[in-house]
Amino acid sequence: MPKEYRTIEEIAGPLMLVRNVSGVTYDELGEIELSTGEKRRCKVLEVDGSNALVQLFESSAGINLSQSKVRFLGRSMELGVSRDMLGRIFDGLGRPIDNGPEILPDKRMDIDGLPINPVARSYPQEFIQTGISAIDGLNTLVRGQKLPIFSASGLPHANLAAQIARQARVRGTQESFAVVFAAIGITFEEANFFIESFRETGALDRTVLFVNLANDPAIERISTPRMALTAAEYLAFEKGMHVLVILTDITNYADALREVSAARKEVPGRRGYPGYMYTDLASIYERAGRQKGKPGSITMIPILTMPEDDETHPIPDLTGYITEGQIILSRDLYRKGITPPIDVLPSLSRLKDKGIGEGKTRADHADTMNQLFAAYARGKEAKELMVVLGEAALTDIDKLYAKFADEFEKQYISQGYQVNRDVEETLDLGWKLLRILPRSELKRINDQLLDEYYDASDK
Amino acid sequence: MSKGTIKKVAGPLVIAEGMRDANMFDMVRVSDRQLTGEIIEIHGGEASIQVYEETSGLGPGEPVESTGSPMSVELGPGLIGSIYDGIQRPLDKIMEQTGNNLKRGVQVLSLNRETKWHFQPAVEVGQEVVPGDIVGTVPETEIVLHKIMVPNGVSGKVTGIAEGDYTVADTIATITGSDGTGHNLSLMQRWPVREGRPYQEKLSPDMPLITGQRVIDTLFPIAKGGVAAVPGPFGSGKTVVQHQLAKWADADIVVYIGCGERGNEMTDVLNEFPELKDPKTGYSLMKRTILIANTSDMPVAAREASIYTGITMAEYYRDMGYSVALMADSTSRWAEALREMSGRLEEMPGEEGYPAYLGSRLAQFYERAGYVRALGKEGRKGALSVIGAVSPPGGDISEPVSQATLRIVKVFWSLDADLAYRRHFPAINWLTSYSLYVDTMGKWFNANVKNDWMDLRARLMRLLHDESELEEIVKLVGMDALSAGDRLKLEAARSIREDFLHQNAFHETDTYTSLQKQYQMMHLVLGYYDAAVSALEKKANIEDLVRLPVRERIGRFKYVAEDKTDEEYDQIEQMLSDEIQQAIQKEDL
Repeated sequence: MPKEYRTIEEIAGPLMLVRNVSGVTYDELGEIELSTGEKRRCKVLEVDGSNALVQLFESSAGINLSQSKVRFLGRSMELGVSRDMLGRIFDGLGRPIDNGPEILPDKRMDIDGLPINPVARSYPQEFIQTGISAIDGLNTLVRGQKLPIFSASGLPHANLAAQIARQARVRGTQESFAVVFAAIGITFEEANFFIESFRETGALDRTVLFVNLANDPAIERISTPRMALTAAEYLAFEKGMHVLVILTDITNYADALREVSAARKEVPGRRGYPGYMYTDLASIYERAGRQKGKPGSITMIPILTMPEDDETHPIPDLTGYITEGQIILSRDLYRKGITPPIDVLPSLSRLKDKGIGEGKTRADHADTMNQLFAAYARGKEAKELMVVLGEAALTDIDKLYAKFADEFEKQYISQGYQVNRDVEETLDLGWKLLRILPRSELKRINDQLLDEYYDASDK
Repeated sequence: MSKGTIKKVAGPLVIAEGMRDANMFDMVRVSDRQLTGEIIEIHGGEASIQVYEETSGLGPGEPVESTGSPMSVELGPGLIGSIYDGIQRPLDKIMEQTGNNLKRGVQVLSLNRETKWHFQPAVEVGQEVVPGDIVGTVPETEIVLHKIMVPNGVSGKVTGIAEGDYTVADTIATITGSDGTGHNLSLMQRWPVREGRPYQEKLSPDMPLITGQRVIDTLFPIAKGGVAAVPGPFGSGKTVVQHQLAKWADADIVVYIGCGERGNEMTDVLNEFPELKDPKTGYSLMKRTILIANTSDMPVAAREASIYTGITMAEYYRDMGYSVALMADSTSRWAEALREMSGRLEEMPGEEGYPAYLGSRLAQFYERAGYVRALGKEGRKGALSVIGAVSPPGGDISEPVSQATLRIVKVFWSLDADLAYRRHFPAINWLTSYSLYVDTMGKWFNANVKNDWMDLRARLMRLLHDESELEEIVKLVGMDALSAGDRLKLEAARSIREDFLHQNAFHETDTYTSLQKQYQMMHLVLGYYDAAVSALEKKANIEDLVRLPVRERIGRFKYVAEDKTDEEYDQIEQMLSDEIQQAIQKEDL
């Protein structure tokens, strides 16, 4: 039986100071027993001689100095994992909330995980078909990638994420597939949208949900994504499944992090977020990937809402530096009725180059992708010019580019949330649009491909 | 050696008591788990230690032991082709011991003690040697001849040396000093990472580091022994630029430091480099490369050490007389690690929470680059070029790390998010980037490629500059308002951008362009402009000139294989003059 301390000295926000402790170690898990017998969890942030500074994982309401007791458990925070977690719903700290039975853990895993040795990673290069042209054709997702969605308040990121979860598949394989979903501080309605969407498609049976809603303690949010990833790691690397992890909303996670940092009176970095936020976010995002000698994979789609639509805000900014690209949603396109409103120019998938081409998608994929980007960028410039000076100011060729940009948005990007296009369909649509432009403009596509596809009439 | 006990643990910072005898920057072993740390502050008997591994589970009362020596790296044959973590532990060996995940307290020797290397002496018994002299060589890889140098502080007469197969720990030679003390030399030596390795003198760089990247070699060259910075927002292609340089730069040795970056990027390098062939030697790129990886999920304190570990190894090869290129991606993560430790030490923060000594630490690091005459009687010359990526928050380079870096470096490749959105890669902005080596390197280019290299370069820059001004006008009044001459100028500038500067790193031919081909490309692009201008004077129609079919062929010249460029070049020249003639004649009719 571990020693009990009745020496809580201070409680302030998410932090608590316990005096006269001995044998307590950094990062150790603690348990606080309230006078009512209720137990809450905390972890050690700092030990200084006989003082331990601890961070609560749950609300501090009801804790008092004289009657509450603290025990330190000699281990860090763990999650009991098992295959039976599939189809179940847990709270942000991994306790079942669907009235189902307790999980009998197969093993207990530290929720912080361990860094993956870069030598042990295997490079993600298997094409995942999401059925969405703007992603498959231009910002291709591959197995083991971490590709966030940068959204903003009022934009339909939930629809897009649900569409990806519903349609994503690796062609020609029948491997076991699971979804781990972590709701981090989102509203009941949004969480429910996902749950219903999984239920409708029958995906709920192979989904593990961790739900921390907006009215749950903010401090729990620090653990929620880690709980989810621990479950995902177990399923992927111990059970050989291909796991898609959706984390929404990272902005709420970062705010919880800031709350703890502020309570500790740390020197703040940009916008009050702690200086170590990059490292902290990396400890979440970097858990995606593939490992040598293990059949499974973790593909991660974190969703974050950019405050004030500002991409340079620290949360999207640091995320973009860690993740392998980003899918950016645009308010302009959304107003124009383009769904999903993916702004393809600033969006990027860093791993696309190794996941496309002959044998993976089609030989013309890389060249047409570059050409579509370049043409759309030029078309948008032409349209801007047109706004200022009128159509007459454009050269003939720029008029074609402007037309291309319009058609590209309408046909290629705007496909709706229910349409599932396979990659050939996406590539053929790309060619159809490129035929708006004269062949001599398509400098980024090699000649043989032009012969084969540009000149071929529509089938 | 000093032994103490832990008093406080806060993240990577451990404070230990009873450390009165320890030295600043001593390496220490923390707790029974033997975690590696370094003393960074001493107050009375209390030492602040930054621990290079995860500290969870440590608590007050556990032992701390100082090793009495500063953090050092092992230098000797076997470095090339290895992948190390921030404190020079081979990651592949760690994987053999602990599996796919990194666990703590792993003790692995940096250099393999079992491998036998064939040592060929270069001096004879009785010869006098001083520090830096080469006593012999070891063929480390097919292309790297490892030179065994007399370590610093050792000089005297060679009293024993023999050819043979040795491990790095065996004695290969003995040297007796003038005072009669004997020294045993092995293939390996140690050097403290925070101290630059000594050399005789620094020289002014006089040769460019050829990278095969057109925008770099032609517009903003870096010297062998120079320093460059690549700042840019995320997604602008910093890492691709760094990888391209690591692949194609004509250095003898490349040290690549992945500092706080993505794990998959290191995996990419590990997969790709053994497959790629060095255009100069024909051997796999891995045969000249050392990798250091501290990915963003690895312990933050080791990030701070990783760039010193890397540059010390680079200096060691520089001392052998090699041209070494070091890439650090990204120095911002290093600075953030510095900031995190500074915060935990409760130092007074400077700008944006960074410690006040950020600028001086960065300067110390970059100053270790240079073109030098190495120690030793021979007077070998070696170069160490450093290319540091910077990741400014929001892409705004007014932040402290970028600014402190810009004060030191001589080459600035400014990556631009707008260019990246348009998929113009490398997204190096030609208007804001600069290279202070242009003039000195220009002499080299004129002498070694063609004597009008610099003139052509100046014309490219001029056209690009004019384009930016003309574009302002077009935005206000439209293309129609421009004179035919100005329209032609815009077309020429577009051709420079699309046909010359744009370079596809993933295209097998386009990924590397020799200087000769770069020169031909400049010639073609400007040749079109000159011919069109003179045709315009002869009353040719501007629309015809803009639409010459030869322009498409000029645009595809970059995809022409190196051995076929001369032929293609002549054909394009011919085609150009024919088509220009036709355009003029058409108007004459």
